[in-house]
Amino acid sequence: MGATLKDATAIAGIGQTPFAKRLPESEKALACRAILAALDDAGIAPSEVDAFASYTMEETDEVEVAKAIGAGDVTFFSKVGYGGGGSCATVAHLAAAIATGQASVGVAWRSRKRGSGPRPWTNTRAQLPTPAQWTRPYGLLRPADEIGLLARRYMHEYGATRDHFFNVALACRNRANQNPAAMMYERPLTREMYMTARWISEPLCLFDNCLETDGALACVIVSAERARDCRRPPVYIHSVAQGLPAQHHGMVNYWNDDPLTGPAWTAARQLWKTADFGAQDVDVAQIYDAFTPLIPLSLEGYGFCTRGEGAAFTEGGALEIGGRLPLNTGGGGLSEAYVHGFNLITEGVRQLRGTSTAQVPDAATCLVTAGEGVPTSALLLRS
Amino acid sequence: MTQSGIRDGSGDTEEHGLLVPVFDDDGAPFFAYAARGELRVQTCAGCAEPRFPPRPCCPHCQSFESEWIRTSGRGRIWSYVVPHPPLLPAYAAQAPYNVILVELVDAPRIRLVGNLVAAADAALDSVDPARIRINAPVRAVFHQAADGVVVVRWVLERP
Repeated sequence: MGATLKDATAIAGIGQTPFAKRLPESEKALACRAILAALDDAGIAPSEVDAFASYTMEETDEVEVAKAIGAGDVTFFSKVGYGGGGSCATVAHLAAAIATGQASVGVAWRSRKRGSGPRPWTNTRAQLPTPAQWTRPYGLLRPADEIGLLARRYMHEYGATRDHFFNVALACRNRANQNPAAMMYERPLTREMYMTARWISEPLCLFDNCLETDGALACVIVSAERARDCRRPPVYIHSVAQGLPAQHHGMVNYWNDDPLTGPAWTAARQLWKTADFGAQDVDVAQIYDAFTPLIPLSLEGYGFCTRGEGAAFTEGGALEIGGRLPLNTGGGGLSEAYVHGFNLITEGVRQLRGTSTAQVPDAATCLVTAGEGVPTSALLLRS
Repeated sequence: MTQSGIRDGSGDTEEHGLLVPVFDDDGAPFFAYAARGELRVQTCAGCAEPRFPPRPCCPHCQSFESEWIRTSGRGRIWSYVVPHPPLLPAYAAQAPYNVILVELVDAPRIRLVGNLVAAADAALDSVDPARIRINAPVRAVFHQAADGVVVVRWVLERP
């Protein structure tokens, strides 16, 4: 065993813009605001930044960002693919770069105008042959349709019900109702609202789907040693992983032996292998929630319960504050903002600083995951 | 835009505005056989493992040799969704419709996305969604989506 990433680096700063259905500024301007806010939070000058990481579908590249914020000479930059699956991988790549001496101050960011911009699935001209030739002509057009097929099968195999999906939507909404920055801050959700909501793709209704948001977020990663001299308490990057399982097909993962065993299982094996603690020791979780069924699937994948028990795990307030596993404590993609999951990373940092608007008492460990159902990534953070 | 140059396909739509498959080199034989009313699956010539979606070499034995084996066209519904708007206009016009995932009886891990319809050329909403059940037996039918492009659709074995 050679060098280890375990606790070698830390998140020293976080920053974000407001979240809204429509923000007037450009994606690039929003990115710069979030990054400068994160650097200010860390107390580090922009000229010290020498590493960047972002992920697709990011339209603002590191050349534009670096010159706008006044970064120094940049010696490491990476971009991770697969949309929301790349969120945690940005932090993982920077942690590896800094731990191996390729750079010293890394910025990971996400800026998106998914609230006011076009929905990606409406683009018919960029229709790629694979896998779209096998799915889109039949009207499987949107991510909600693609995940809906897996959700229906999951309900059939394991007795999951819409009430289980509601438990997820409600936990996220309740946390958003505590978070003034959340798009759904003043919008409580009831079971009746959920059960009578319009369908998007049966079995998924409106409240099973994430928000559409304009906004940007960023975080600053430095060595653990440096982080201890920064303005805020360090949040250590304890373990990182990416996951692309054998014979995985992305959002339309219909063509292997077991389509319900997704990338979470692959990322989890690597994540726990290099960690000093296990799922039972996680105080709070920020799990990617583009759609409610991704939560029970991820609970199984990351080892909080066994296969087929993810839906039942959500019962009895398990995902609420005071429950077995408080979930998405800023409101998540379902109710705070959908910025490809980056707000899950910043909320994980707030929990471990003790500054969340829905603080889990004495939270010392946090799991953060990226998009399930696509090549994914995950982080274990600790205070 | 395809490597084979068979179709440009960008934004290609059916008469009613439904999307037409834009296929690549690996997928082209599937559609060529479908145009003849045959449902065939790419199968390794070395180890006889079927694979889908089609790809250049076998993930089991790495052979680049493959053949397209004809199937009975029979399957079972593995899962389904019923999309509602917002959708592309041509799909919204037929919504709510169904999209089913069919597991082939002859090759259980081969699953095809398609539509359950009352007949090959019927509308996407021609079967009442309340009649769709997981594990229901279905049979392939062939629908001409555009000049030279045939897509596989499905009808219930016991309508």
